[in-house]
Parts: sequence; C-alpha cells; structure tokens
Amino acid sequence: MTKPTLPLLRRRRPRTRSDDAFFRVATGAVAAVVILLAAAIALELLRHSRLSIEKFGFRFWTGKVWDPVAGEFGAFPFLWGTLYSSFLALLVAGPVAIGIAVYISELSPGRLRRPLSFLTELLAAIPSIVYGLWGVFVLVPVIRRLETGMPESLRKLPLFSGPPVGVGMLAAAVILAIMVIPFSSAVAREVLRAVPASQREAAYALGATRFEAIRAVLFHGRTGVVGALLLGLGRALGETMAVTMVIGNNPRASLSLFAPQHTMAAVIANEFTEAADQLYLDALVEIGLVLFIVTLAVNALSRLLIRSLERRSRAIPTAAEPSSASAVEAA
Amino acid sequence: MRFSRLIAATALAAAIVRPGAAQTVQINGAGATFPYPIYSKWFSEHNKLHPEVQINYQSIGSGGGIRQLTNRTVFFGATDGPMTKDQLLAAPGTILHFPTVLGAVVPVYNVPGVDAELKFTGPLLADIFMGKVSKWNDAAIAKLNPGVSLPGSDITVVHRSDGSGTTYIFADYLGKVSPDWKKTVGVATSVNWPTGVGGKGNEGVAGLVKQTPGSIGYVELIYALQNKIDFGTVQNMAGEFVRASLDSVTKAAAATKGKMPPDFRVSITNAPGAGVYPISSFTWLLFYESPKDKRAARVMTDFMRWALHDGQKYCADLGYAPLPEEVVAMEMEALKKIRI
Repeated sequence: MTKPTLPLLRRRRPRTRSDDAFFRVATGAVAAVVILLAAAIALELLRHSRLSIEKFGFRFWTGKVWDPVAGEFGAFPFLWGTLYSSFLALLVAGPVAIGIAVYISELSPGRLRRPLSFLTELLAAIPSIVYGLWGVFVLVPVIRRLETGMPESLRKLPLFSGPPVGVGMLAAAVILAIMVIPFSSAVAREVLRAVPASQREAAYALGATRFEAIRAVLFHGRTGVVGALLLGLGRALGETMAVTMVIGNNPRASLSLFAPQHTMAAVIANEFTEAADQLYLDALVEIGLVLFIVTLAVNALSRLLIRSLERRSRAIPTAAEPSSASAVEAA
Repeated sequence: MRFSRLIAATALAAAIVRPGAAQTVQINGAGATFPYPIYSKWFSEHNKLHPEVQINYQSIGSGGGIRQLTNRTVFFGATDGPMTKDQLLAAPGTILHFPTVLGAVVPVYNVPGVDAELKFTGPLLADIFMGKVSKWNDAAIAKLNPGVSLPGSDITVVHRSDGSGTTYIFADYLGKVSPDWKKTVGVATSVNWPTGVGGKGNEGVAGLVKQTPGSIGYVELIYALQNKIDFGTVQNMAGEFVRASLDSVTKAAAATKGKMPPDFRVSITNAPGAGVYPISSFTWLLFYESPKDKRAARVMTDFMRWALHDGQKYCADLGYAPLPEEVVAMEMEALKKIRI
C-alpha cells in the first residue's frame, strides 16, 4: 500500500489524469460507505422489527396504546411527543439563535466577537446528561412554580391543562431549545459572515438604517439561516437523555404544554434493556425505524425548502449564495 | 536493537510467571441493576481471595441479562423477576435459578404538612397508582390514618419510566392484592401506567418525589433510606402495618419455609406470617445446568458457595436482607446439579 504513494510524493511529478481518477475513486468509495451504512441501518431495523410490522402493520403509526403487558404497541404518542417537542424547541430557539448570530456578526464590538462565539460553541460541547440534570434541579422547579401560579381561567385552556408537576412538554421544549441554540446560531453566524460586505455597503449607500441593512443581510443569507434552524431541528428530534429526564415519560399524546409526555428516542432508551419478549423488542426496534423515517423525511423536506428558496433568490442575482448553501450541505 | 532486547526480556518474564497466569479465568455475566451494588462488592471481595478469578458483571437490566444468557454471550445472567416458562423454553439449555439476596420496594411520598408515617394497604396503593384515589384527603387514606391532617391536594403518581425489576416487584404485589390491577395493568418490568409521570431509575423517581409536593412513588428500600425520603408502612396478610427493614424482609423469605419450589422461582410478595413486609423479593443469578465452559462452571459454583455463606455478611451495609438459612441449605444442594 505505501509503496506507490511514497515515490509519488517524492518525485513531485506533474499531476496527471490518473491521479485524478484515483482520487475520485478513493473519495467515491468513502462516500459509498455512508450510503451503505444508511442502507444497512434501515435493513437491520426492518429485519429486527419484523414481528411487530407483521402484527400491527400501519396501525403501529396511529395506535395510541403502549401496553407491554398485553402486547399492544402503538407509536403515535411517541411520534407526537418527538415532533411536538422539537417543533416547540425550534419555535423558542429560532429567534434567539438568529438574534445571537446577528449580534455577533453585525453589531458586537470586535473584541467581544471571539469570546461570544466561543461561549455559544461551548454550550454545544456540554453533554446532554448535564443539561438533563440542570433541567431536573433548576428548570423543572421554576416551571412548576409557573404552573401553580397560573390563574385558574388560563389553566382551563387545553394548552395549559393537567396537574402542575413541573416535568412535561414545556420543560422538554425549553431544554431542547437551549441545546439547539448553539448549533443553529453558530451556523447562522457563519452564513451571515459569508454575506459579502458589498451588500451592507450597498444598503448603507442607499440610505438604509442599521436595522434595514441587517434585514438585507438576513434576506441575502436566508437559505443558509433556514438551513441552520433545520440543523437544530435535526438535533432536537434525536435528543434522548436530557429529554427523558424532564418530559415525564407518559405515553399519552396531548396538546398541553404541562402534560407529561414521551418521545421515540426516550422510550427506546428507557425500555430496551428490560424488553425480554420478542414482540416487545421488535416493537421498540420499529420505533427506531419510525424515528429513522421521520428524520429522513424532515431532512428531505428541509432540502426541498432550501432549494425552493434558492430558486426564488436566483431571480435576484447574488454572489454569496454558494457559500451559504455549502454551510448547509456541511451540516 | 535495544527494543528487541526488551522484547526478549519480557518474553522471558512471561515464561517465568506463566504457571500462575495460565490459570486466570475471566467470567462474564450480565443482568439486573437492583443487586448490582452487592454483586460488585462480592466480585471484588472474591477477587481478593482468588486473584486468578475475574468476574465481570454488566448491570444492563434483567431483560438484557436473560437475553444475553439465552444467546450464550455471557456465562451467567441475573434477574429480579424469575424467568417465565416461555423464556425458559426459548433457551438452548436448562437454566437454573439461584436466589442471592433479598430486597424490598417501599412507597415513598412527599405530602406537605404531614410528618407522621402514613399507613397503606395493598388495595389502596393499587387504587392510588391506578388514579382511582386522586386526592390526599380521600376517605380511603383518611380512614387508615386517623389523626393525620391530610391536605386536599391532588396526588401525583411517580413511577419508573425504564423497564425495571423494581416495577416488576411492585406490580407483582399490587396484582396479588387487587384483582382490578391484575386485569387492567398487569405484572411486568414495564407496564402501561394509567396515570402519573415517569422518572428514570430509582434515583429519578426518588428525585421527582422529593421535589414534587403531593407526590407518591415507589423505590427500593436502600434509595429511600439514603435519600431520607418518607416512606409508609404497608399492611401485610396478618393485618399488621409493617415498616420495611432488613428484618421484616428476611421474615418474608422465611415465610416460604417448607414451600420453596425446587427451582426457586417463587414470588414472596404478600407473604403470610407475622412481622412480614409484604413488598419483598428475591433476586436471582441464572446458570445453565450443563455449561459449556467447565472451568468457569467450577469457579462459579465455588463462588456461589462463598457468596451464600461468607458473602451474606455484606448485605446489611448495602441495604439488602440476607437469605434465610433454610434457603441457603437448599441452594447448596441445588448447586450440585450444575455439571462441572
């Protein structure tokens, strides 16, 4: 293996077509591994959930009962919990992440820029179990106080019904939002920095205010910013540990922010070790399959969204588009 | 050059120590988390006596332990609930159960303004955990606890979110005392809880109960003691309200006297007799009757003899109740069944 490459480096012969071909094949092989891995995962998930797929069919997706004793398994409460908590997290995290990105890239004084970037990235490096612990000991009591302090009339709304336990959908959404912010803001910041200075200069030259200039910059990099948010959504969908510690783990789908609920990743982590009979095990693996499909679907949808944004923005000729798109690709 | 000399020296050294090294034996096991503290204590103490024996134990849960034992990826398994008939039939060989220690599950609660030890009956606990009794000042609770001023607040049920032997023991007890529980919820390591929130692990449940006013949950005795959470007494078959303690748990095991089945697969929840704590259980180690690895089998039967006698003295410190002597004698007999 080493023999052909060593003289190759030493001789410094001019680059040839065959080098290109070799490089293409080598990188292509690595890329193929990724596809093979994804296919292998899908296949294994299918194979190991056979019993449950045969028994429940499509009913598995809509079934609302999860009863390991009776052997009745439905994924809907978990599917709902995963999508609802991730969506809420995105709702909270989106504006904050964009705000951070705008401040760091457009408004902050130069000497604040680096420490601020460093600190937001530091948040991303905290293990999720630590977020979970913080959630249990700090966030949940705060939410419980909020719940008990809420006026009775508001508590009657379906959004706020349920006993004031503290753990539940709201706690999970807030934890997820905090975990998503560093990812989304870091990517969004890079996107905004990639917007050429000429755009800002042009805006100011036309007499735009600071706010209007920033709006122009955001508009320019909007595909990248949307990509940054969707990257965060991807993280929220799969997050397990921190969520299971604060969501209450009750498989009952509900609109209420205060109700304890459950997610797909959490139920696998919780119940896999003790699932002794085959159907139960297969149902848990099928939950994994559902999560896999949902993640794929969300990714595909976000690609479509970005592509349609790109197509529309092509009407207005811009220079920075490729870089913002590649930031999303990299994500 | 110097390197090769070093290698030669190492090889020589290895050759010299070989007689001892050849006998080291590594044994892998996996299973229940509940007895993990005492098992790891046992394995390390045993290793001090027999440095050549290394027993690795992964506490991955009873279900996982049974699965790995059935697939023969580990030499022994461990479980908090005896294997079912179906599970035994699915295994590629005969599997034997050996009780090792005893544990208890206690109802823990956090009721603001109540300092007294609350009394519960089995059916009342079942009704609370099914959501049928949903206020602390419910007549059913008040009747058992005269003189205690109970608040009118909602009861928040806290249960385990992960599959667990603790849940199995608790559900097994409730299933025995409440036909309704048996019918609607059932007995397993995870069940479809009609109400409440789930905490992960004993520590998760203990933590939630501690910080949620008006909550009730169930944890292993040791966690309630360590975390200093209030736990109630439970009425046994003799009609006494008994507080869980090492003594009252061992008494539950002694109640099997003369009635212990030869395969040790017995539930001792709601055991009869005076002074018995009703939510008690054995925990078991699982072995194949004719294991493939004979050397490991010899080592493990020796280990079991040690654990059943000398090992029992570590129980009290770690919050487990030791086995009654009668059970130990039966197990010593049963160990002979393992073909070594």
